[in-house]
Amino acid sequence: MDYQTFEHDVLVIGAGGAGLRAAVEASAAGVSVGLVCKSLLGKAHTVMAEGGMAAALGNVDDRDSWQTHFADTMRGGQYLNNWRMAELHAKEAPDRVRELEAWGAVFDRTRDGRILQRNFGGHKYPRLAHVGDRTGLEMIRTLQDHGVHQGIDVHMECTVVELLKDGERVVGAFGYDRERGRFRLFKAKAVVLASGGIGRAFKVTSNSWEYTGDGQALAYRAGAELIDMEFIQFHPTGMVWPPSVKGILVTEGVRGEGGVLRNSEGRRFMFDDIPDLYKHQTADSEEEGWIYTQGDKNARRPPELLTRDHVARCIVREIKEGRGSPHGGVFLDIAWIKSRLPNGAEHIRKKLPSMYHQFKQLAGIDITETPMEVGPTTHYVMGGVRVDADSQMSTVPGLFAAGEVAGGLNGANRLGGNSLSDLLVFGKRAGEYAAAFARDQQAGVVDEGQVEAVARTALEPLDRQGSGEASYQLQYELQDLMQSQVGIVRNDAELRQALDSLQRLQERVKRVEAQGNREYNSGWHTALDLRNLMPVAEAVTRSAIERQESRGAHFREDHLGKDEEWGKTTLVIRQGADGAMELRRETIPPPREDLQRIIEESQKS
Amino acid sequence: MARATFRIWRGNDEGGDYQDYTTEVTEGMVVLDAVHQVQAESANDLAVRWNCKAGKCGSCSAEVNGHPKLMCMTRLNSLNLDEPVTIEPMKAFPTVRDLVTDVSWNYEVKKRIKPFTPRPPDAEDGTWRMQQSDAERVQEFRKCIECFLCQDVCHVLRDHRLHHEFIGPRFFVYSAALEMNPLDTADRTEELANDFGVGYCNITKCCTKVCPEEITITDNAIIPLKERVVDKLYDPLSRLLRVFRS
Ligand SMILES: Cc1cc2nc3c(=O)[nH]c(=O)nc-3n(C[C@H](O)[C@H](O)[C@H](O)COP(=O)(O)OP(=O)(O)OC[C@H]3O[C@@H](n4cnc5c(N)ncnc54)[C@H](O)[C@@H]3O)c2cc1C
Ligand code: SF4
Ligand code: SF4
Ligand code: FES
Repeated sequence: MDYQTFEHDVLVIGAGGAGLRAAVEASAAGVSVGLVCKSLLGKAHTVMAEGGMAAALGNVDDRDSWQTHFADTMRGGQYLNNWRMAELHAKEAPDRVRELEAWGAVFDRTRDGRILQRNFGGHKYPRLAHVGDRTGLEMIRTLQDHGVHQGIDVHMECTVVELLKDGERVVGAFGYDRERGRFRLFKAKAVVLASGGIGRAFKVTSNSWEYTGDGQALAYRAGAELIDMEFIQFHPTGMVWPPSVKGILVTEGVRGEGGVLRNSEGRRFMFDDIPDLYKHQTADSEEEGWIYTQGDKNARRPPELLTRDHVARCIVREIKEGRGSPHGGVFLDIAWIKSRLPNGAEHIRKKLPSMYHQFKQLAGIDITETPMEVGPTTHYVMGGVRVDADSQMSTVPGLFAAGEVAGGLNGANRLGGNSLSDLLVFGKRAGEYAAAFARDQQAGVVDEGQVEAVARTALEPLDRQGSGEASYQLQYELQDLMQSQVGIVRNDAELRQALDSLQRLQERVKRVEAQGNREYNSGWHTALDLRNLMPVAEAVTRSAIERQESRGAHFREDHLGKDEEWGKTTLVIRQGADGAMELRRETIPPPREDLQRIIEESQKS
Repeated sequence: MARATFRIWRGNDEGGDYQDYTTEVTEGMVVLDAVHQVQAESANDLAVRWNCKAGKCGSCSAEVNGHPKLMCMTRLNSLNLDEPVTIEPMKAFPTVRDLVTDVSWNYEVKKRIKPFTPRPPDAEDGTWRMQQSDAERVQEFRKCIECFLCQDVCHVLRDHRLHHEFIGPRFFVYSAALEMNPLDTADRTEELANDFGVGYCNITKCCTKVCPEEITITDNAIIPLKERVVDKLYDPLSRLLRVFRS
């Protein structure tokens, strides 16, 4: 088999915020770095992030502190989070944001010229550093532009299909370039996975074609453990109409700026169901909610800014009970603020320019005049590769993971804005520790036999032309199945049906075919993506069956409410010796005493 | 349901031709949806780039009925569907396959531009102070999603192929973002004049017209850069002439 070989000390797979930050750090540590990504540089998912990145800078409200950010993150995650990660994240995020400014990011400013911060769901104080509603673009461009001057070798439009091992250790990766379909072998002393999420396992999603769970599946096949895979975040507000844009995100920033949710009767239904955990923090009148969004420090936040899992379920309830909007969503109204702000329309366009644009161009709606129609969309995976909190190393030596592909920080539910800061904090740590690991190691030996086998498997769909199953069709069926049976509201019977169907689908995936040749052939690419989507879908389904309670993003209509035992339990997945998926429960160690005290304090106030 | 015909360029760097595909059109569809539909129904190996489907990543640039556009933001109801809709790759860059072009030149250009070089921090905690109005001037340029449609439409690149002497509107926007950042201390005028070819731009404003982010490329980025070059590099005489002219 023909392939080109590249050698780096550290190989980073993924060029979103986490991958870029890791590459920058590793390269600053003086080791040679290769960076691989499926799209062009600067197009990764991170570019789409809108609302902002959470960091307790305290620029807008000086009562904020890392302790409060930590407590908010744990509360949002319903205490299943890896508390050490939550601690590091809250402590280090402010420095990581300031560093971006030193590298050229231009954030929105406070009146006294500092970085401005905005309100977001689940954050006690205004905490999200932002640039209008295009914060992800600012972040990815800053890192990309900083990185290009650091001598990082970038392999764009190249997909990794397998990790390579020498004994226990990961020593490289094998992939193909998308343009020509030629194989590439990357030898490395350490590998950082920063490949993002799994949204494409579902039909309605805010995620792009890239999100096929590659990193989770690569790690799984390499013997690493995955945790918390039952926790998938369904963002409450995706576009629902026209059909072709269904799922595209409507930023939470709309609600942060005063946007309200209403049903077909015009009712602010979010006031109808406020969870106990949040009662004391939530406004009890529309007026209080409004003045909160306008920066009144004594007001409490409106119920629209409760955590995403809760808002999404309330929306589903309204739709199910017949109070939805014409196209099967509910109304999100920002235009109403014109009755409160003299230059309201102007203000909306300025604060939410890309939302204004998106609705105007894609739905023909002017959001300064007309309410939007919105409904839940698959957005983010809380679970992922299990890592050591400090070093981000997985359970396989030499394999690190950071960003959305890693699990732990978010527990049962992620707060908005905590992902972008996660990418910076743990991207940096992964880069730093991967570089240190690489420096301590001899180069490993790549197993030629493994490489040959991987290459042959990758070409099989093309060999089968005319005799197999079409890749797009299989992907649709998988998405349909996951959407309808492993979605926002789950129960045992449907989950077990889903597992059966997945097993049947797996038999057909073995016969997947692709037409054409190896050049930029997305039929072939989709066939290969299925090898990753399938185990990821299985991991989600198995974990969802196992967790017999409702917590955070995981909602079981046959097991309503939280269970104390499950509140201390995390689910761990790995590949067994016979190749079958193994699932086990593990007890989460209680937080360090000082952190426990912070949590308890926060529950009082 | 209505059907429409899409005349899509198929081929690679050695050549190719247009091929007609007919597919169903439903309410709200954009050009990228039609391309994906064709791909799923009758041309599985049709090559096209995309990511966000919401005008945020700048991947899906192509020429639709001869106009440089983001396919994901071009609604079918803005086109005449009684005639075939032509979709072809950008012309200013070499073709890879079908609608995909080799835009790597752009990434090389960026490496040649001096990076952001901030003045020492204003405050002890390592931060700077900046007014929102100053931030906004730079933020206009930082909205750029690197779709390279402006590069595609600029005659200096498209027709005269001066890729080795001229960095194109995208990178004037990038240079302007750095030059007008109040924290930046580097000076890029010399290379703008000599290596980056700002002088080749004759202010046709074609780039501004196609920019999906509505960046006023010519007025806000290129003209001020040209003025800087004149102010800093040329003699007082030309400066005087400018005063007279204005
Ligand atoms: C519309 C939208 C808005 C959002 N808004 C916010 C927000 O306001 N605040 C916030 O905190 N979070 C937000 N999020 C979430 C956040 O953007 C993501 O979780 C985050 O950007 C993920 O970053 P990452 O670095 O982990 O991965 P990504 O940025 O997704 O990058 C993944 C990279 O891995 C590469 N890759 C994947 N598989 C392979 C493979 N097999 N081989 C080679 N390369 C591969 C991809 O090409 C890509 O370069 C938003 C998400 C979406 C979709
Ligand atoms: S204004 Fe200048 S840069 Fe823009 S298209 Fe015309 S010549 Fe090119
Ligand atoms: S300046 Fe506008 S047209 Fe040019 S690359 Fe940027 S976004 Fe595209
Ligand atoms: S797909 Fe991102 S801009 Fe069109």
